[in-house]
Amino acid sequence: MKKLLISALISFGTLLSTVGVSFADELLVPHFTYRVGPFAANGTAVANGYTDYFLMLNERDGGIGGVLTNPEECETGYKAQVGVECYESYRGKNPLIVYPNSTGITLQVLQKAPEDQVPILTMGYGLSAAAKGETFPWAFNYPASYWSQMTSVLSYIDSETGLKGKKIAFLFLDVGYGREPIPVLDQLGPKMGFEHMLVPVAVKEMQNQSSHWLTIRKEKPDWVIMWGWGAMNSTAIKEAAKTRYPLDRFIGNWWSGAHVDTEALGMKAKGYKSATFTGTGTDYPAIQDMINLVVKPGKSKTSMDEVGKVLYNRAAVGAVVVAEAIHEAQKATGKKNVTGADVRKGLEMIKLDDARIAELGLTGLFAPIIGSCADHEGKGAVTIQQWDGKDWGPISKPIPPMVDVVGPMLTKAAAEYIADKPGWKSQKCN
Amino acid sequence: METLIEILYLIFVSPFAEMVAYPDLFFQGIWDGFVSGTLYGLIALGFVLIFKASGVFNFSQPILVVLAALSLVSFYKMGIPAWISVILVLVMFYVLAFLIERLILRKLVNQDGNILFMSTIGLTFLIIGSAQWIFGGRPSAMITDELGLPNGSLEWPMFGGGVYFEMIDISAAVIASIMIVILALFFSKTKIGRGLRAVADDHQAALSVGISLNQIWVIVWFVAGVVALVTGIFWGARSDVSFALQIIGFKALPVLIIGGFTSVPGAIIGGLIIGLGEKVFEIYWGPLLGSGVEGWFAYIIALIFLLFRPQGLFGDKIIERV
Repeated sequence: MKKLLISALISFGTLLSTVGVSFADELLVPHFTYRVGPFAANGTAVANGYTDYFLMLNERDGGIGGVLTNPEECETGYKAQVGVECYESYRGKNPLIVYPNSTGITLQVLQKAPEDQVPILTMGYGLSAAAKGETFPWAFNYPASYWSQMTSVLSYIDSETGLKGKKIAFLFLDVGYGREPIPVLDQLGPKMGFEHMLVPVAVKEMQNQSSHWLTIRKEKPDWVIMWGWGAMNSTAIKEAAKTRYPLDRFIGNWWSGAHVDTEALGMKAKGYKSATFTGTGTDYPAIQDMINLVVKPGKSKTSMDEVGKVLYNRAAVGAVVVAEAIHEAQKATGKKNVTGADVRKGLEMIKLDDARIAELGLTGLFAPIIGSCADHEGKGAVTIQQWDGKDWGPISKPIPPMVDVVGPMLTKAAAEYIADKPGWKSQKCN
Repeated sequence: METLIEILYLIFVSPFAEMVAYPDLFFQGIWDGFVSGTLYGLIALGFVLIFKASGVFNFSQPILVVLAALSLVSFYKMGIPAWISVILVLVMFYVLAFLIERLILRKLVNQDGNILFMSTIGLTFLIIGSAQWIFGGRPSAMITDELGLPNGSLEWPMFGGGVYFEMIDISAAVIASIMIVILALFFSKTKIGRGLRAVADDHQAALSVGISLNQIWVIVWFVAGVVALVTGIFWGARSDVSFALQIIGFKALPVLIIGGFTSVPGAIIGGLIIGLGEKVFEIYWGPLLGSGVEGWFAYIIALIFLLFRPQGLFGDKIIERV
């Protein structure tokens, strides 16, 4: 009898806590982090930027629409399998977003999210084809897909030296993320008259690239484009300098051009370029609020010298997009406690134009992002930045993607993705 | 038929023609392979030391490399002079060796090898968590200038090209070679070295002839820490000092299979075979296989050794009587 009573009490308690979690007066915006493991240096900055923006909203505005936000972290160590476990752990807790911080994890949960009615935001990463909103109603990759980014990088090279007759080496981390833009090179090579060679770098070789760079030295490419992450970036820049490859002909994607990649190298990395879609620095009212309300009072894990750097600011922009989608969802539904399905609609209704960006105190930090049902990437422009030995600075105007090239490729890829998934639910957009 | 001839040409003729046509590139590959090989050997050495003393594959050796490099840089950033920081790291490793012996190994004397192996996995996670908590995870540059290690590079002009020798790589090769010679002499000529071999063979037998197991283990873990420090300094200089360094640590596994788990010279020979082999293969045959062959080349060589000489080049052949 005693045992029965205890069991009943435990069951009742569990039930109460479940109900409590499901209907708690908070907006759960979890993100999958990697503060440990070989990519921890990058992952920590990303995690801090995202968390701090939501904490700032809590401190300054009392959350969003009067409801506090909860930017809960789930540690993945940048491992896809652990990321899936993180995803599963949020089932039944009404998460408003899936923010995986990894293309590998994104690919694993892409099919699960529609069933669980929770949108995935992969800001600047993920599956390029997810840009097609009609096919992927639950996935968003604002402000541009990897494919769009690659076309912008190629446009930049074209404007610098021309592409016709040139040889491009594509140095990439040999995982899903690194391989993602290869179809663009395959498609555009014959069309624009350039030759490309692939130089894959396995994760366990990312700090040991001398033979990759000897291959590059042998092949003498006119440009090297890098899709790297973590320690691969700084090692590649060092090896490029060692091989006497001109650093101003070496251009990384937007995940290969952060302070964490170049600060330790200093002047040795001078001249190296990368793409970006967010600005640096702290001269934005909202970033100042993050400093004054969260970082300085010690309410976050961020150190002062980290604020304003590439990855921190970019992660904050990711949080801005999520917060704005929640704001739109609250407006549209009239509810304070919105659901994942509401936020999905909010992401499609998002209108981060110049006026709204100014209202948020972020003018100049990123280009406008206008959501729609059909376009889940926003076709954002890419800027090229260069390391001057001490800091990153922009050296180009925003370069729009080649929509005419990427558009049909995305449509084809989206159709191919669902071809073997008979139950896949698409949507129709007007 | 034409395609077959073309393939045979690409495999057996073209690479050698390129070696002759661009000797600078070939020599650069050899030099880079030599340096990488020496450093692989150094990593493997850390594993060999522990294996010799306890017959266990020390899973925590790569994280010891990270811990050494990270603590050295962190001490320096606190304002402690570079060489004093080195001494502090050595003191830290002695204390760590003592704690490992007291808290882990002493309680596992005469236990199955798998239990000891599992304990090193546990130790790895303990060090990862503690190091992250104490030092943080942001990458830093190795303090090579502050340690007085030479900077810059030498160039050897050759047929319109050149072979570049980074001074830090030359230092790495020289220091690693000296260290290996000292350790080889230490283990073959000294009383402690002989005691260590006895401990590796049988804990109980070693104890029965008066060898202090505890003392041997502290010494060996401390020396493995010293090796980790040297490895961390030079690998940190080639890339940067971050937790990613632990990945490179596991490159020692194929090196150990080739050289043998119990041989100090084996570690360096195995390292050189892998280092030289993977560089030359990647440059000349890699493009035929889509590049990126370095990631698996070492394991293929190791697999071949496992098939034909499982004890490695210099490892002890274990004969078990039934």
